[in-house]
Amino acid sequence: MGIIDKARKKSPWIIHYDCTSCNGCDIETLACLTPLYDVERFGIINVGNPKHADVLVVTGSVNKRNVRVLKNLYNQMPDPKAVVAVGACACTGGIFSDCYNVYGGVNKVLPVDVYVPGCCPRPEAIIDGIVQAMDKLEGKARNMKHAASGKQPEAALQASTGNNNDGANT
Amino acid sequence: MSNTVIPFGPQHPVLPEPLHLKLVMQDETVLEAIPAIGYVHRGLEKLTETKEFTQNVFVVERICGICSFMHAQAYCQGIEELMNIQVPDRARYLRVIWAELHRIHSHLLWLGLLADAFGFESLFMQVWRNREKVMDIMEETAGSRVIISANTIGGTRRDISPEMLVKITVIVEEIREDLKQVESVFFNDYTVKHRLVGVGVLTRDVAYELGAVGPMARASGIKTDHRTTGYAAYGELDFEPVVENDGDCYARTVVRLKEVYQSISLIKQAIAKIPAGETSVPVKGFPNGEVISRVEQPRGEVLYYMRGNGTKNLERLRVRTPTFANIPTLLKMLPGSQLADVPVLILTVDPCISCTER
Repeated sequence: MGIIDKARKKSPWIIHYDCTSCNGCDIETLACLTPLYDVERFGIINVGNPKHADVLVVTGSVNKRNVRVLKNLYNQMPDPKAVVAVGACACTGGIFSDCYNVYGGVNKVLPVDVYVPGCCPRPEAIIDGIVQAMDKLEGKARNMKHAASGKQPEAALQASTGNNNDGANT
Repeated sequence: MSNTVIPFGPQHPVLPEPLHLKLVMQDETVLEAIPAIGYVHRGLEKLTETKEFTQNVFVVERICGICSFMHAQAYCQGIEELMNIQVPDRARYLRVIWAELHRIHSHLLWLGLLADAFGFESLFMQVWRNREKVMDIMEETAGSRVIISANTIGGTRRDISPEMLVKITVIVEEIREDLKQVESVFFNDYTVKHRLVGVGVLTRDVAYELGAVGPMARASGIKTDHRTTGYAAYGELDFEPVVENDGDCYARTVVRLKEVYQSISLIKQAIAKIPAGETSVPVKGFPNGEVISRVEQPRGEVLYYMRGNGTKNLERLRVRTPTFANIPTLLKMLPGSQLADVPVLILTVDPCISCTER
Protein backbone atom coordinates (compact mmCIF):
# COMPACT_ATOMS: atom_id res chain seq x y z
CA MET A 1 0.00 0.00 0.00
CA GLY A 2 1.44 3.31 -1.10
CA ILE A 3 1.35 6.42 0.98
CA ILE A 4 -1.58 7.90 -0.98
CA ASP A 5 -3.71 4.78 -0.50
CA LYS A 6 -2.90 4.77 3.19
CA ALA A 7 -3.76 8.44 3.62
CA ARG A 8 -7.03 8.01 1.77
CA LYS A 9 -8.04 5.09 3.95
CA LYS A 10 -6.88 6.57 7.23
CA SER A 11 -7.97 10.13 6.60
CA PRO A 12 -10.83 10.76 4.18
CA TRP A 13 -11.55 14.45 3.72
CA ILE A 14 -15.15 15.42 3.28
CA ILE A 15 -16.82 18.33 1.55
CA HIS A 16 -20.32 19.23 2.64
CA TYR A 17 -22.89 20.81 0.35
CA ASP A 18 -26.37 21.87 1.42
CA CYS A 19 -28.79 21.50 -1.49
CA THR A 20 -32.25 22.38 -0.20
CA SER A 21 -31.90 21.03 3.29
CA CYS A 22 -33.84 22.61 6.16
CA ASN A 23 -30.53 22.98 8.11
CA GLY A 24 -31.41 20.09 10.37
CA CYS A 25 -29.04 17.67 8.64
CA ASP A 26 -26.42 20.42 8.24
CA ILE A 27 -26.21 21.16 11.93
CA GLU A 28 -26.04 17.43 12.66
CA THR A 29 -23.22 17.08 10.11
CA LEU A 30 -21.45 19.97 11.83
CA ALA A 31 -22.13 18.39 15.22
CA CYS A 32 -20.12 15.37 14.02
CA LEU A 33 -17.05 17.62 13.86
CA THR A 34 -17.42 19.02 17.37
CA PRO A 35 -16.05 17.55 20.60
CA LEU A 36 -18.83 15.11 21.55
CA TYR A 37 -18.68 13.12 18.28
CA ASP A 38 -15.31 14.40 17.05
CA VAL A 39 -14.79 12.66 13.71
CA GLU A 40 -11.31 14.10 13.53
CA ARG A 41 -10.20 11.16 15.67
CA PHE A 42 -10.81 9.05 12.53
CA GLY A 43 -8.88 11.56 10.46
CA ILE A 44 -12.05 12.95 8.88
CA ILE A 45 -11.71 16.65 8.14
CA ASN A 46 -14.28 18.99 6.64
CA VAL A 47 -12.67 20.97 3.83
CA GLY A 48 -14.00 23.85 1.75
CA ASN A 49 -12.24 23.01 -1.50
CA PRO A 50 -13.68 20.19 -3.65
CA LYS A 51 -10.21 19.55 -5.13
CA HIS A 52 -9.02 18.36 -1.72
CA ALA A 53 -12.02 16.17 -0.91
CA ASP A 54 -12.60 12.42 -1.15
CA VAL A 55 -16.21 12.24 0.04
CA LEU A 56 -19.07 14.54 -0.96
CA VAL A 57 -21.68 14.79 1.80
CA VAL A 58 -24.95 16.11 0.39
CA THR A 59 -27.92 17.16 2.49
CA GLY A 60 -31.30 18.08 1.07
CA SER A 61 -32.96 17.38 -2.25
CA VAL A 62 -31.94 18.69 -5.65
CA ASN A 63 -33.73 21.64 -7.25
CA LYS A 64 -33.44 23.43 -10.56
CA ARG A 65 -31.00 26.05 -9.34
CA ASN A 66 -28.52 24.06 -7.30
CA VAL A 67 -28.15 21.08 -9.65
CA ARG A 68 -25.42 22.89 -11.59
CA VAL A 69 -23.52 23.77 -8.41
CA LEU A 70 -23.74 20.19 -7.18
CA LYS A 71 -22.49 18.77 -10.49
CA ASN A 72 -19.65 21.32 -10.56
CA LEU A 73 -18.54 20.30 -7.09
CA TYR A 74 -18.64 16.61 -7.99
CA ASN A 75 -16.74 17.11 -11.24
CA GLN A 76 -14.01 19.07 -9.48
CA MET A 77 -13.31 16.27 -7.01
CA PRO A 78 -10.40 13.99 -7.95
CA ASP A 79 -10.98 10.25 -8.45
CA PRO A 80 -11.66 8.04 -6.55
CA LYS A 81 -14.58 9.80 -4.92
CA ALA A 82 -17.73 8.82 -3.05
CA VAL A 83 -21.09 10.51 -2.49
CA VAL A 84 -23.01 10.21 0.78
CA ALA A 85 -26.65 11.34 0.78
CA VAL A 86 -27.55 12.45 4.31
CA GLY A 87 -31.19 12.68 5.35
CA ALA A 88 -34.56 11.68 3.94
CA CYS A 89 -34.58 14.61 1.48
CA ALA A 90 -31.21 13.71 0.00
CA CYS A 91 -32.24 10.04 -0.30
CA THR A 92 -35.64 10.47 -1.96
CA GLY A 93 -36.83 14.08 -1.70
CA GLY A 94 -38.57 13.28 1.59
CA ILE A 95 -41.37 15.56 2.67
CA PHE A 96 -40.47 17.95 -0.18
CA SER A 97 -40.77 15.38 -2.97
CA ASP A 98 -44.17 16.82 -4.02
CA CYS A 99 -42.90 20.41 -4.20
CA TYR A 100 -42.89 22.01 -7.65
CA ASN A 101 -39.25 23.08 -7.49
CA VAL A 102 -37.79 19.79 -6.27
CA TYR A 103 -36.40 17.12 -8.63
CA GLY A 104 -36.06 14.48 -5.92
CA GLY A 105 -33.14 12.76 -4.26
CA VAL A 106 -29.48 13.31 -5.05
CA ASN A 107 -29.41 10.05 -7.03
CA LYS A 108 -31.28 11.84 -9.82
CA VAL A 109 -28.07 13.66 -10.78
CA LEU A 110 -25.12 11.94 -9.08
CA PRO A 111 -24.17 8.31 -8.43
CA VAL A 112 -24.81 7.97 -4.70
CA ASP A 113 -22.71 5.42 -2.81
CA VAL A 114 -24.22 5.53 0.67
CA TYR A 115 -27.70 6.56 1.79
CA VAL A 116 -28.18 7.77 5.39
CA PRO A 117 -31.92 7.90 6.11
CA GLY A 118 -33.57 9.88 8.90
CA CYS A 119 -35.10 13.28 9.49
CA CYS A 120 -32.64 14.31 10.75
CA PRO A 121 -30.23 11.40 10.98
CA ARG A 122 -28.33 11.22 14.24
CA PRO A 123 -24.62 12.13 14.12
CA GLU A 124 -23.78 8.47 14.80
CA ALA A 125 -25.64 7.49 11.62
CA ILE A 126 -23.81 10.13 9.59
CA ILE A 127 -20.44 8.93 10.91
CA ASP A 128 -21.41 5.35 10.04
CA GLY A 129 -22.34 6.49 6.52
CA ILE A 130 -18.94 8.11 6.02
CA VAL A 131 -17.15 5.02 7.35
CA GLN A 132 -19.06 2.88 4.81
CA ALA A 133 -18.11 5.38 2.10
CA MET A 134 -14.45 4.75 3.02
CA ASP A 135 -14.86 1.07 2.09
CA LYS A 136 -16.38 2.09 -1.22
CA LEU A 137 -13.47 4.45 -1.83
CA GLU A 138 -11.03 1.63 -1.26
CA GLY A 139 -12.86 -0.53 -3.80
CA LYS A 140 -12.85 2.28 -6.33
CA ALA A 141 -9.15 2.95 -5.80
CA ARG A 142 -8.42 -0.76 -6.39
CA ASN A 143 -10.46 -0.70 -9.60
CA MET A 144 -8.60 2.37 -10.84
CA LYS A 145 -5.28 0.67 -10.22
CA HIS A 146 -6.29 -2.45 -12.11
CA ALA A 147 -7.72 -0.40 -14.95
CA ALA A 148 -4.39 1.44 -15.19
CA SER A 149 -2.40 -1.80 -15.25
CA GLY A 150 -4.80 -3.25 -17.86
CA LYS A 151 -5.98 -6.36 -15.96
CA GLN A 152 -9.30 -6.93 -14.19
CA PRO A 153 -9.09 -9.56 -11.44
CA GLU A 154 -12.28 -11.16 -10.16
CA ALA A 155 -12.26 -9.43 -6.78
CA ALA A 156 -12.11 -6.00 -8.36
CA LEU A 157 -14.94 -6.85 -10.73
CA GLN A 158 -17.13 -7.90 -7.81
CA ALA A 159 -16.34 -4.72 -5.91
CA SER A 160 -17.19 -2.58 -8.91
CA THR A 161 -20.67 -4.05 -9.43
CA GLY A 162 -21.98 -2.71 -6.13
CA ASN A 163 -20.42 0.70 -6.61
CA ASN A 164 -22.79 2.40 -8.96
CA ASN A 165 -26.22 3.91 -8.47
CA ASP A 166 -27.64 1.45 -5.97
CA GLY A 167 -25.39 1.79 -2.95
CA ALA A 168 -25.84 0.11 0.40
CA ASN A 169 -28.31 1.43 2.89
CA THR A 170 -27.02 2.21 6.32
CA MET B 1 -7.58 50.27 -11.06
CA SER B 2 -10.62 48.47 -12.44
CA ASN B 3 -13.09 46.69 -10.22
CA THR B 4 -13.07 42.95 -9.63
CA VAL B 5 -16.12 40.79 -9.02
CA ILE B 6 -15.65 38.00 -6.50
CA PRO B 7 -18.35 35.35 -6.15
CA PHE B 8 -19.02 34.53 -2.50
CA GLY B 9 -20.82 31.21 -2.19
CA PRO B 10 -23.04 29.30 -2.84
CA GLN B 11 -20.57 26.74 -1.50
CA HIS B 12 -18.36 28.48 1.04
CA PRO B 13 -16.52 27.07 4.06
CA VAL B 14 -17.87 29.68 6.47
CA LEU B 15 -21.52 29.13 5.62
CA PRO B 16 -23.25 25.80 6.07
CA GLU B 17 -25.91 27.17 3.73
CA PRO B 18 -25.84 28.26 0.09
CA LEU B 19 -26.00 32.05 0.09
CA HIS B 20 -24.59 33.57 -3.07
CA LEU B 21 -23.24 37.14 -3.15
CA LYS B 22 -21.45 38.86 -5.99
CA LEU B 23 -18.96 41.19 -4.33
CA VAL B 24 -17.76 44.09 -6.48
CA MET B 25 -14.32 44.87 -5.08
CA GLN B 26 -11.76 47.62 -5.39
CA ASP B 27 -8.54 46.25 -3.94
CA GLU B 28 -9.66 44.82 -0.60
CA THR B 29 -12.71 47.02 -0.15
CA VAL B 30 -16.23 45.96 -1.05
CA LEU B 31 -17.99 48.49 -3.27
CA GLU B 32 -21.23 46.67 -3.79
CA ALA B 33 -22.83 43.36 -2.82
CA ILE B 34 -25.39 41.79 -5.15
CA PRO B 35 -27.30 38.88 -3.63
CA ALA B 36 -28.46 35.96 -5.77
CA ILE B 37 -30.88 33.66 -4.05
CA GLY B 38 -33.00 30.66 -4.96
CA TYR B 39 -30.62 27.79 -4.17
CA VAL B 40 -32.84 26.47 -1.37
CA HIS B 41 -36.23 27.28 -2.85
CA ARG B 42 -38.52 24.26 -2.65
CA GLY B 43 -42.02 25.71 -2.89
CA LEU B 44 -43.25 24.90 0.60
CA GLU B 45 -46.05 27.47 0.61
CA LYS B 46 -47.61 25.74 -2.38
CA LEU B 47 -47.11 22.35 -0.75
CA THR B 48 -49.13 23.41 2.31
CA GLU B 49 -52.15 24.00 0.09
CA THR B 50 -52.22 20.35 -0.94
CA LYS B 51 -51.87 18.94 2.58
CA GLU B 52 -54.44 18.88 5.37
CA PHE B 53 -54.14 21.68 7.91
CA THR B 54 -53.16 19.21 10.62
CA GLN B 55 -50.42 17.70 8.44
CA ASN B 56 -49.04 21.16 7.73
CA VAL B 57 -47.53 21.27 11.23
CA PHE B 58 -44.94 18.79 10.02
CA VAL B 59 -44.33 20.73 6.81
CA VAL B 60 -43.76 24.10 8.49
CA GLU B 61 -41.42 22.45 11.01
CA ARG B 62 -39.19 21.65 8.07
CA ILE B 63 -39.02 25.23 6.81
CA CYS B 64 -36.02 25.53 9.09
CA GLY B 65 -34.40 22.87 11.24
CA ILE B 66 -32.82 25.28 13.71
CA CYS B 67 -36.00 27.04 14.82
CA SER B 68 -38.44 24.31 13.78
CA PHE B 69 -40.35 24.42 17.06
CA MET B 70 -41.12 28.13 16.71
CA HIS B 71 -42.32 27.70 13.12
CA ALA B 72 -44.79 25.06 14.28
CA GLN B 73 -45.72 27.27 17.24
CA ALA B 74 -46.53 30.23 15.00
CA TYR B 75 -48.59 28.03 12.71
CA CYS B 76 -50.48 26.31 15.55
CA GLN B 77 -51.17 29.58 17.39
CA GLY B 78 -52.61 31.06 14.20
CA ILE B 79 -54.88 28.10 13.50
CA GLU B 80 -55.97 28.02 17.15
CA GLU B 81 -56.91 31.69 16.96
CA LEU B 82 -58.84 31.02 13.75
CA MET B 83 -60.77 28.10 15.24
CA ASN B 84 -61.23 29.60 18.74
CA ILE B 85 -59.38 26.81 20.49
CA GLN B 86 -58.38 27.41 24.10
CA VAL B 87 -54.99 25.77 24.62
CA PRO B 88 -54.53 24.19 28.08
CA ASP B 89 -52.30 26.17 30.44
CA ARG B 90 -49.78 23.37 30.74
CA ALA B 91 -49.30 23.32 26.96
CA ARG B 92 -48.67 27.07 26.92
CA TYR B 93 -45.89 26.66 29.47
CA LEU B 94 -44.45 23.61 27.69
CA ARG B 95 -44.29 25.68 24.51
CA VAL B 96 -42.28 28.34 26.34
CA ILE B 97 -39.85 25.74 27.71
CA TRP B 98 -39.21 24.09 24.33
CA ALA B 99 -39.08 27.41 22.48
CA GLU B 100 -36.48 28.80 24.88
CA LEU B 101 -34.45 25.59 24.63
CA HIS B 102 -34.46 26.11 20.87
CA ARG B 103 -33.33 29.70 21.36
CA ILE B 104 -30.42 28.57 23.53
CA HIS B 105 -29.33 25.97 21.00
CA SER B 106 -29.66 28.40 18.10
CA HIS B 107 -27.69 31.16 19.82
CA LEU B 108 -24.95 28.79 20.98
CA LEU B 109 -24.73 27.44 17.43
CA TRP B 110 -24.39 30.98 16.13
CA LEU B 111 -21.74 31.95 18.71
CA GLY B 112 -19.72 28.90 17.63
CA LEU B 113 -20.05 29.67 13.93
CA LEU B 114 -19.05 33.29 14.56
CA ALA B 115 -15.91 32.14 16.41
CA ASP B 116 -15.16 29.87 13.45
CA ALA B 117 -15.69 32.78 11.02
CA PHE B 118 -12.95 34.85 12.61
CA GLY B 119 -10.72 31.83 12.92
CA PHE B 120 -10.99 31.04 16.65
CA GLU B 121 -11.54 27.32 16.27
CA SER B 122 -11.09 26.25 19.89
CA LEU B 123 -13.82 28.69 20.94
CA PHE B 124 -16.10 27.21 18.26
CA MET B 125 -15.49 23.73 19.67
CA GLN B 126 -16.07 24.86 23.28
CA VAL B 127 -19.39 26.52 22.51
CA TRP B 128 -20.63 23.55 20.50
CA ARG B 129 -19.61 21.20 23.31
CA ASN B 130 -21.86 23.20 25.66
CA ARG B 131 -24.65 23.10 23.10
CA GLU B 132 -24.80 19.30 23.16
CA LYS B 133 -26.39 19.47 26.62
CA VAL B 134 -29.43 21.24 25.12
CA MET B 135 -29.61 18.64 22.36
CA ASP B 136 -29.63 15.92 25.02
CA ILE B 137 -32.61 17.57 26.75
CA MET B 138 -34.45 17.70 23.41
CA GLU B 139 -33.78 14.04 22.78
CA GLU B 140 -34.86 13.04 26.27
CA THR B 141 -38.08 15.07 26.20
CA ALA B 142 -39.15 14.65 22.57
CA GLY B 143 -37.21 11.70 21.15
CA SER B 144 -35.35 13.64 18.47
CA ARG B 145 -32.42 15.99 18.59
CA VAL B 146 -33.27 18.66 16.05
CA ILE B 147 -36.80 18.51 14.66
CA ILE B 148 -38.72 17.61 17.79
CA SER B 149 -42.31 17.75 16.44
CA ALA B 150 -43.75 18.52 19.87
CA ASN B 151 -46.39 21.02 18.72
CA THR B 152 -49.83 20.15 17.51
CA ILE B 153 -52.96 22.20 16.91
CA GLY B 154 -54.65 22.44 20.31
CA GLY B 155 -51.56 22.00 22.48
CA THR B 156 -48.49 19.80 22.54
CA ARG B 157 -48.11 16.17 21.52
CA ARG B 158 -45.97 15.30 24.51
CA ASP B 159 -45.73 16.10 28.19
CA ILE B 160 -42.57 16.61 30.24
CA SER B 161 -42.57 14.60 33.47
CA PRO B 162 -41.99 16.43 36.80
CA GLU B 163 -38.68 14.56 37.28
CA MET B 164 -37.52 15.67 33.85
CA LEU B 165 -38.50 19.27 34.65
CA VAL B 166 -36.25 19.14 37.72
CA LYS B 167 -33.48 17.68 35.58
CA ILE B 168 -33.87 20.46 33.02
CA THR B 169 -33.45 23.06 35.79
CA VAL B 170 -30.18 21.40 36.80
CA ILE B 171 -28.89 21.13 33.21
CA VAL B 172 -29.67 24.75 32.24
CA GLU B 173 -27.81 25.81 35.37
CA GLU B 174 -24.82 23.76 34.14
CA ILE B 175 -25.09 25.49 30.76
CA ARG B 176 -24.98 28.84 32.54
CA GLU B 177 -21.80 27.80 34.38
CA ASP B 178 -20.21 26.57 31.14
CA LEU B 179 -21.12 29.74 29.33
CA LYS B 180 -19.66 31.90 32.11
CA GLN B 181 -16.25 30.43 31.25
CA VAL B 182 -16.62 31.13 27.52
CA GLU B 183 -18.17 34.53 28.12
CA SER B 184 -14.94 36.08 29.35
CA VAL B 185 -13.30 35.17 26.02
CA PHE B 186 -16.05 36.86 24.02
CA PHE B 187 -16.10 39.91 26.29
CA ASN B 188 -12.43 40.43 27.11
CA ASP B 189 -10.24 38.75 24.49
CA TYR B 190 -8.14 41.22 22.49
CA THR B 191 -8.39 39.25 19.21
CA VAL B 192 -12.14 38.83 19.43
CA LYS B 193 -12.64 42.53 20.14
CA HIS B 194 -10.28 43.46 17.32
CA ARG B 195 -12.41 41.54 14.82
CA LEU B 196 -15.80 42.69 16.12
CA VAL B 197 -15.70 46.16 17.68
CA GLY B 198 -16.65 48.90 15.22
CA VAL B 199 -17.23 46.45 12.34
CA GLY B 200 -20.50 46.75 10.41
CA VAL B 201 -22.03 49.59 12.41
CA LEU B 202 -25.76 49.94 11.94
CA THR B 203 -27.19 53.04 13.58
CA ARG B 204 -30.59 53.03 15.23
CA ASP B 205 -32.24 55.08 12.48
CA VAL B 206 -30.87 52.98 9.63
CA ALA B 207 -31.87 49.76 11.38
CA TYR B 208 -35.35 51.15 11.92
CA GLU B 209 -35.72 52.33 8.33
CA LEU B 210 -34.60 49.00 6.90
CA GLY B 211 -37.02 47.15 9.14
CA ALA B 212 -34.47 45.07 11.05
CA VAL B 213 -35.90 42.54 13.49
CA GLY B 214 -34.67 40.47 16.41
CA PRO B 215 -31.11 40.70 17.73
CA MET B 216 -30.09 42.88 14.75
CA ALA B 217 -32.58 45.57 15.82
CA ARG B 218 -31.94 45.14 19.54
CA ALA B 219 -28.17 45.56 19.07
CA SER B 220 -28.87 48.91 17.39
CA GLY B 221 -30.88 50.18 20.34
CA ILE B 222 -34.40 49.36 19.17
CA LYS B 223 -36.32 47.79 22.02
CA THR B 224 -38.37 45.29 20.04
CA ASP B 225 -39.19 41.77 21.13
CA HIS B 226 -42.43 40.12 20.17
CA ARG B 227 -42.41 38.01 23.34
CA THR B 228 -43.31 41.14 25.31
CA THR B 229 -46.81 40.96 23.80
CA GLY B 230 -47.32 37.89 25.98
CA TYR B 231 -48.20 35.08 23.56
CA ALA B 232 -48.03 31.50 24.94
CA ALA B 233 -47.12 32.00 28.61
CA TYR B 234 -44.67 34.88 28.17
CA GLY B 235 -47.17 37.33 29.67
CA GLU B 236 -46.87 35.58 33.03
CA LEU B 237 -43.07 35.52 33.06
CA ASP B 238 -40.71 38.30 34.03
CA PHE B 239 -38.19 39.45 31.40
CA GLU B 240 -36.91 42.56 29.62
CA PRO B 241 -35.61 42.66 26.03
CA VAL B 242 -31.80 42.73 25.86
CA VAL B 243 -30.79 46.00 24.20
CA GLU B 244 -27.33 47.29 23.21
CA ASN B 245 -26.69 50.65 21.60
CA ASP B 246 -23.46 50.36 19.59
CA GLY B 247 -24.94 48.56 16.58
CA ASP B 248 -21.68 46.83 15.60
CA CYS B 249 -20.81 43.12 15.37
CA TYR B 250 -19.66 43.16 18.98
CA ALA B 251 -23.01 44.52 20.21
CA ARG B 252 -24.84 41.80 18.29
CA THR B 253 -22.63 39.16 19.89
CA VAL B 254 -23.32 40.61 23.34
CA VAL B 255 -27.07 40.66 22.70
CA ARG B 256 -27.14 37.01 21.69
CA LEU B 257 -24.93 35.95 24.59
CA LYS B 258 -27.13 37.76 27.09
CA GLU B 259 -30.23 36.28 25.49
CA VAL B 260 -28.96 32.82 26.34
CA TYR B 261 -28.95 33.85 30.01
CA GLN B 262 -32.39 35.36 29.55
CA SER B 263 -33.69 32.10 28.06
CA ILE B 264 -32.22 30.13 30.97
CA SER B 265 -34.04 32.43 33.38
CA LEU B 266 -37.30 32.09 31.39
CA ILE B 267 -37.06 28.28 31.42
CA LYS B 268 -36.54 28.26 35.18
CA GLN B 269 -39.46 30.64 35.74
CA ALA B 270 -41.71 28.55 33.50
CA ILE B 271 -40.74 25.33 35.30
CA ALA B 272 -41.49 26.96 38.67
CA LYS B 273 -44.92 28.15 37.52
CA ILE B 274 -46.06 25.30 35.24
CA PRO B 275 -49.57 24.10 36.22
CA ALA B 276 -50.73 20.46 36.15
CA GLY B 277 -53.36 19.28 33.71
CA GLU B 278 -53.95 18.26 30.11
CA THR B 279 -51.48 19.07 27.35
CA SER B 280 -53.88 19.24 24.41
CA VAL B 281 -57.55 19.59 23.53
CA PRO B 282 -59.31 17.79 20.66
CA VAL B 283 -59.81 19.76 17.47
CA LYS B 284 -63.15 19.73 15.63
CA GLY B 285 -64.06 21.44 12.37
CA PHE B 286 -61.96 23.22 9.77
CA PRO B 287 -60.33 26.67 9.76
CA ASN B 288 -62.32 29.43 8.13
CA GLY B 289 -61.25 33.05 7.69
CA GLU B 290 -57.85 34.71 7.76
CA VAL B 291 -55.36 35.38 10.53
CA ILE B 292 -51.88 36.74 11.14
CA SER B 293 -49.74 35.03 13.74
CA ARG B 294 -46.37 36.28 15.01
CA VAL B 295 -43.71 34.62 17.11
CA GLU B 296 -40.25 35.78 18.21
CA GLN B 297 -37.68 33.37 16.80
CA PRO B 298 -33.97 33.35 17.67
CA ARG B 299 -33.35 35.49 14.56
CA GLY B 300 -36.30 37.83 15.08
CA GLU B 301 -39.97 38.00 14.48
CA VAL B 302 -41.64 35.52 12.10
CA LEU B 303 -45.00 36.36 10.58
CA TYR B 304 -47.52 33.79 9.38
CA TYR B 305 -50.52 34.70 7.28
CA MET B 306 -53.15 31.98 6.90
CA ARG B 307 -56.42 31.87 5.04
CA GLY B 308 -58.85 28.97 5.39
CA ASN B 309 -62.09 28.39 3.49
CA GLY B 310 -63.86 25.88 5.74
CA THR B 311 -62.26 22.83 4.11
CA LYS B 312 -59.45 20.63 5.35
CA ASN B 313 -56.94 22.43 3.11
CA LEU B 314 -55.74 25.98 3.64
CA GLU B 315 -56.29 28.37 0.78
CA ARG B 316 -53.06 30.28 1.39
CA LEU B 317 -50.14 30.18 3.79
CA ARG B 318 -47.56 32.95 3.68
CA VAL B 319 -44.45 33.18 5.83
CA ARG B 320 -42.29 36.27 6.33
CA THR B 321 -39.13 35.08 8.03
CA PRO B 322 -36.72 37.18 10.12
CA THR B 323 -33.76 36.68 7.77
CA PHE B 324 -35.79 38.12 4.90
CA ALA B 325 -36.28 41.26 6.97
CA ASN B 326 -32.58 41.40 7.90
CA ILE B 327 -31.00 40.92 4.46
CA PRO B 328 -31.39 44.64 3.56
CA THR B 329 -29.31 45.52 6.63
CA LEU B 330 -26.61 43.12 5.41
CA LEU B 331 -26.53 44.81 2.00
CA LYS B 332 -26.23 48.15 3.78
CA MET B 333 -23.31 46.98 5.95
CA LEU B 334 -21.21 45.28 3.26
CA PRO B 335 -20.26 48.25 1.01
CA GLY B 336 -17.12 49.87 2.42
CA SER B 337 -16.08 46.86 4.48
CA GLN B 338 -12.90 44.84 4.04
CA LEU B 339 -13.02 41.47 2.27
CA ALA B 340 -11.69 39.74 5.40
CA ASP B 341 -14.66 41.05 7.39
CA VAL B 342 -17.28 39.81 4.93
CA PRO B 343 -17.75 36.34 6.55
CA VAL B 344 -18.14 37.94 10.00
CA LEU B 345 -20.62 40.50 8.67
CA ILE B 346 -22.70 37.85 6.95
CA LEU B 347 -22.75 35.74 10.09
CA THR B 348 -23.79 38.57 12.40
CA VAL B 349 -27.09 38.70 10.52
CA ASP B 350 -27.45 35.02 11.49
CA PRO B 351 -28.75 34.19 8.01
CA CYS B 352 -31.14 31.30 7.71
CA ILE B 353 -31.42 30.78 3.98
CA SER B 354 -33.76 27.80 4.13
CA CYS B 355 -36.22 29.96 6.11
CA THR B 356 -35.94 32.82 3.66
CA GLU B 357 -36.34 30.86 0.46
CA ARG B 358 -38.56 28.04 1.73
